[in-house]
Amino acid sequence: MDYFAQQLINGFVLGSIYGLIAIGYTMVYGIVGMINFAHGDIFMIGGFIALISFLVLVSFGLTAVPLILLIVLLVSMAITALYGWTVERIAYRPLRHSFRLAPMLSAIGMSFVLSNYSQIAQGARVKPVPPIITGGYTLHASSGGFVVQLSNVQVVVVITTVVLLAIFTWLVARTRLGRDMRACEQDQTMAALLGVDVDRTISMTFVIGAALAAVAGMMYLLYYGLVDFFMGFVAGIKAFTAAVLGGIGSLPGAMLGGLAIGLIETLWSAYFSVEYKDVAAFSILIVVLIFLPTGLLGRPEVEKV
Amino acid sequence: MKSFKLIGLALGASFALSASAFAQDITVAVAGPMTGGESAFGRQMKNGAEMAVADLNAGGGLLGKKLALDVEDDACDPKQARSVAEKIGSAKIPFVAGHYCSSSSIPASEAYADGNVLQITPASTNPLFTERKLWNVARVCGRDDQQGLVAAEFIAKYYKGKNVAILNDKTTYGKGLADETKKALNKVGFTEKMFESYNKGDKDFNAIVSRLKRDNIDLVYVGGYHQESGLILRQMRDQGLQTVLMAGDALADKEFASITGPAGAGTLFTFGPDPRNKPTAKAIVERFKAKNIDPEGYTLYTYAAMQVWSQAVKKAGTTDPKKVMDTIKGGGAWDTVIGKIEIDAKGDIKQIDYVVYKWDDKGGYTEINPKGS
Repeated sequence: MDYFAQQLINGFVLGSIYGLIAIGYTMVYGIVGMINFAHGDIFMIGGFIALISFLVLVSFGLTAVPLILLIVLLVSMAITALYGWTVERIAYRPLRHSFRLAPMLSAIGMSFVLSNYSQIAQGARVKPVPPIITGGYTLHASSGGFVVQLSNVQVVVVITTVVLLAIFTWLVARTRLGRDMRACEQDQTMAALLGVDVDRTISMTFVIGAALAAVAGMMYLLYYGLVDFFMGFVAGIKAFTAAVLGGIGSLPGAMLGGLAIGLIETLWSAYFSVEYKDVAAFSILIVVLIFLPTGLLGRPEVEKV
Repeated sequence: MKSFKLIGLALGASFALSASAFAQDITVAVAGPMTGGESAFGRQMKNGAEMAVADLNAGGGLLGKKLALDVEDDACDPKQARSVAEKIGSAKIPFVAGHYCSSSSIPASEAYADGNVLQITPASTNPLFTERKLWNVARVCGRDDQQGLVAAEFIAKYYKGKNVAILNDKTTYGKGLADETKKALNKVGFTEKMFESYNKGDKDFNAIVSRLKRDNIDLVYVGGYHQESGLILRQMRDQGLQTVLMAGDALADKEFASITGPAGAGTLFTFGPDPRNKPTAKAIVERFKAKNIDPEGYTLYTYAAMQVWSQAVKKAGTTDPKKVMDTIKGGGAWDTVIGKIEIDAKGDIKQIDYVVYKWDDKGGYTEINPKGS
């Protein structure tokens, strides 16, 4: 039981990070109907910016960890959002009314550009940071000697994820911007006729997705302690899978899909073999898609006439 | 992955230019992971090769010609290693010092054999590299069946009756080393409690760490590279697990300590006796230090690979790879920075001595004496 609880914690934290990235995929798909393959690399950029701003703050002599974390979070969200906006502006907007595959190919190209850019700018080596948040809590120590441990980093990752998720869900459900986004999702032409600035709304979607990816990048840096220029690829694939599993286009679905992938990987590694954890995750994806083609929380696509 | 191909293309283009510009020189190559997770070791190799070429040119070159160095990146990817090898072969480069990952060196060696290139690896320890009876391969480092034996002896002696787990990353190097260690352990009647593999490139090892915790593992032996080993260690400490981690020669770079932080203290690994401490290396180590480079890990091994080749070329009076290889294998002991090296008919070195090292909390590692301490 204790062992199961520990593995549940492990899976939940991993799933939170996947979920944060998956939201970026799902939001963009919901509005413009394309898979933003560069999103994994935006996540990587977010990790690098978090690392750089962290090092800058430390070199200024700041030592208060909570303050550092808050500043790093805001700075990396802001700068990564700028990247998201720029990518949309130069790589997707000119192609919006082109044939369907064009923006997707452009996204793949953008993914190359971003990862090579950070390789040239930051070097090819992995960039480690010493543990920033240390310590943890012993939740339960059983007589058998197994100790359930919850580290402070894990607490920070989960709390940050939940809080930011709540803020952005509120943003989409309750604000003017959120209403515009939902309108564009349903029918861009109609939304434009009713006075919604479609270009601006789509830009804002990319900005929000990139900001959440930056949060994921920072959590990744805190949790695993390193970033490198090629980490966006694998993380992007996993998060994309999570978005599809949860039902692409659905915000809670992306989070649920992320948690599901994280838990499946961890529990499979815990009770079966570590070797086949990815096989397990993708097999379950296939099974789910056979029975629920739109994913766990996805709505069936209505044919637009 | 995808980005590496582009880089390869760009390197290829620049290389074609440089090869024609220095047609009068002898071009030699160093190939290793210049990008990616293992790039710390690629950089070691590049540093060693650059210094060796500079020193040879300062001493008047080879056979009256200057040497030029071509640096190639395989990103520790077997496919890319193969295409690098084909490129080097078609450029008529007679000698390559490389690669780092065994999974790169082995497929590349066949392309080198076809392309008439002599290959000396400074770092690939998988036995298969020299076991396939290729005419063109040799190494200046030890083999994993020897490395695994030393690790197993250490474990059997100091962890007798304790729980030991063996992990590997499914690569040629990692799996090979883990298998050799397991074999040597089982031979002395020591059975590991857990044998698992993970994927190279994984970042999250919390599930494995919890398993180690459940099984009360006292020592985990990792057949894998330094990045994953560092992450496993860090996640063990995060989960409150004080298990000792032991690994192979892939931990011989300071980057390991920068991943783990002070938590890396106490980690063990096997490696040849530190070449930096050998009297033969003293002058060269000083010159590296003057350039602000710590010639750790495989830096001096790469330098030594270049020395073996250049001395054999001088002796044979030609750069023809087949003649040079005959000279290397039949030529007795070669004087190198890492001491005298004698290479047998297979291409392995005759004198091998792995020792166990321990990381300290200051980010350095020192040899420990299993008999004394």
